[in-house]
Amino acid sequence: MNLSYLFDAAHWSLTADGSIPQLILSHVWYVVLALIIGTIIALPVGLYIGHTGRGSFLAINAGNAGRSLPTLGLLMLMVTLLGLGLTPVLIALTVLVIPPILTSAYAGMRTLDHRVVDAARGMGMRPWQVLFKVELPMALPVMMSGFRSAALQVVATATVAAAVGLNGLGRLLIDGLAVNDYSRVLAGAIVVAVLAVVLDLILALAQRWIVSPGLR
Amino acid sequence: MSTYLSNNWETILTALRQHVWLALVPVVIGFVLALPIGYLGVRFPWLYHPLVNTCGVLYSIPSLALFVFLPVLLGTKILSPLNIVVALTIYTVALLARTVADGLRSVDALVVQSATAMGYRRLRRLIDVELPVALPVILAGLRVATVSNISLVSVGALIGVGGLGQLFTRGFQLFYTQPIIVGIVLSVALAGICDLAIVGLQRLVTPWTRYQRGAA
Amino acid sequence: MLRTRFAGVFAAGVTLALTLSACGANDDPLSNEPAGGSSASTSTVTIGSANFAESELLGEIYAQALEAKGVTVKRQFNIGARELYLKALQDGSIDLLPEYNGALLSALAKGGAPEGVSSPDQVLTELKKVLPTGTEVLEQSAAEDKDTLTVTSATAAKYSLKTIEDLKPVADKLTIGAGPEWQERYQGLKGLESLYGIKFKTFKPLDAGGPLTVNALTKGQIDVGNIFSTDSSIATNKFVVLEDPKNLYLAENIIPLIRTAANNPTVSGALNAVSGKLTTENLTTYLAQVQVDKKDTAAVAKAFLSENGLV
Repeated sequence: MNLSYLFDAAHWSLTADGSIPQLILSHVWYVVLALIIGTIIALPVGLYIGHTGRGSFLAINAGNAGRSLPTLGLLMLMVTLLGLGLTPVLIALTVLVIPPILTSAYAGMRTLDHRVVDAARGMGMRPWQVLFKVELPMALPVMMSGFRSAALQVVATATVAAAVGLNGLGRLLIDGLAVNDYSRVLAGAIVVAVLAVVLDLILALAQRWIVSPGLR
Repeated sequence: MSTYLSNNWETILTALRQHVWLALVPVVIGFVLALPIGYLGVRFPWLYHPLVNTCGVLYSIPSLALFVFLPVLLGTKILSPLNIVVALTIYTVALLARTVADGLRSVDALVVQSATAMGYRRLRRLIDVELPVALPVILAGLRVATVSNISLVSVGALIGVGGLGQLFTRGFQLFYTQPIIVGIVLSVALAGICDLAIVGLQRLVTPWTRYQRGAA
Repeated sequence: MLRTRFAGVFAAGVTLALTLSACGANDDPLSNEPAGGSSASTSTVTIGSANFAESELLGEIYAQALEAKGVTVKRQFNIGARELYLKALQDGSIDLLPEYNGALLSALAKGGAPEGVSSPDQVLTELKKVLPTGTEVLEQSAAEDKDTLTVTSATAAKYSLKTIEDLKPVADKLTIGAGPEWQERYQGLKGLESLYGIKFKTFKPLDAGGPLTVNALTKGQIDVGNIFSTDSSIATNKFVVLEDPKNLYLAENIIPLIRTAANNPTVSGALNAVSGKLTTENLTTYLAQVQVDKKDTAAVAKAFLSENGLV
């Protein structure tokens, strides 16, 4: 086992097709798009359920139900139905990130101290003010932890895109396997793990920055 | 769909059986390993953060890479199901060790102090008091680990050992949706059944959690 | 608090990288000598296949032919590309595989097949010289399935393409799609460059001559695709198969590759009987039942064996 693939400068060229930076870029692109689309879908639903308490059963069980969907199967199904392209990957990865975001948005809202919400109401805040000025900021730490675990999961899972002819860091794994180059597989594994750690650190910093100091 | 099922039920059952085996053996081994490891993270507080971070990094290694590398590390044959079992055991430990530690840390200090005052020694106190009290948290982690293992097994199909994942690759190689759909449905159903089984187990072994809810 | 957490994450990452890389330089599983393999007790024959439909169908035909002779068989299909399953054969994970004589020769001989070798018999003679220790091939069949460079009729008309040579002046505008293993194969990008002097604009790693490649070709996501000559989608889509005047793709007869330890007269008798009945025509027909009619591989294999009087 060796690191020659990882440390070969030729594989770090910015312009060469399929170089590590290009694969990182496409990998991050899949991850970010899936997280954005997943958040747009899951966050309002989770907040709504958490705020009103209606549909709690769905929110609690969405987590494990979504986790049980095999991403590889979903991706292969989507490519079989839609052909090669970005859409099948985004569908499969978005399905993966929705449950943790939804569940944690719900959990964040439910674990709020109700005395604080009551106090906010008592101060004369309107419902939307209660939501945006009190509930949301206070639910943020829990929501961020769900978002971070979604991000970690999707970084590792986005590698399966390469199994159906798409890009991302999974190319290093699939191609390394196909051409019998373990050094390439190792490079893929390390870059994915480092990417996951870096992303988690960025999100940790973001969390520090957006969560109100009073809640730390 | 019915013709596909009646023509292929034997293949499907074999795949399902392999899937159950590959997913659940690691859950059992991983659970047994995670208990002492998680405990260490509580017994020696300075170990807690390194433990959590190592678990995080381990969990972000793509499963395919782990499946490919384990033969190098273990000297196993490259198609040995053992590679899948060990890889999933690593993920299970990574998930559960943290949960066990968190569960034990969440035990009310007063409870621990009372037990000590009653004359419990460290080990007895751990087994008779702390572990049972932490059990709901630990079992919640076990649900997550079980369900995600069931979904991860299928990635092994990319190297020819993947239980129901083989239905995915077969369907994908023929652009034939039925095997893929059957595989996804069975995989999700299997996860659902195991999840319910753990919930049932939890009700059985932690009856007090129900009384509490009833009393509230 | 946050800073210690950061430090911890990095420490963990570094430890992991070191552990992974510190496991010696020469313990690559791919350079292992064939493990064990000395025991002649062939209680069970494990049959492997590559990751495409035809290979699995052939593996299933072998399996049922052996079962009919009372041999216990284990199926370990859909392993991956040749680069991977040959290792599985050598480490004893599998005992038997359907192979293609020319492709196997190109993979095993350094720098591709020797010059001037192209007929089935020449290929077989050369192949026997380079087989990995502990393995042998049985009788080869008349059935051939070649890798091809295939284009849509529109692309063929646009660039007036008839042979692979015609690609040379236009290749820098074209995208080629094939299995990821093509990046390093002589019968892939390497041979196309060294034998024909062709370098494509982009290589898209797809599947081994499967529906993904066909789909990408019809949708124009690739211009040239590697499709197997037995694939009925060539006729269905009116694709144009480019001729190969320089014989990059040699004779590609289907041939059983087996570990010597697993071979015995019963096994070779059954497999040679199969090879005796396989032809390009009947293989194409039966393969279409799997690929187009989506029939069960086991049922199609059974039909092949019974219609040819083999079971």
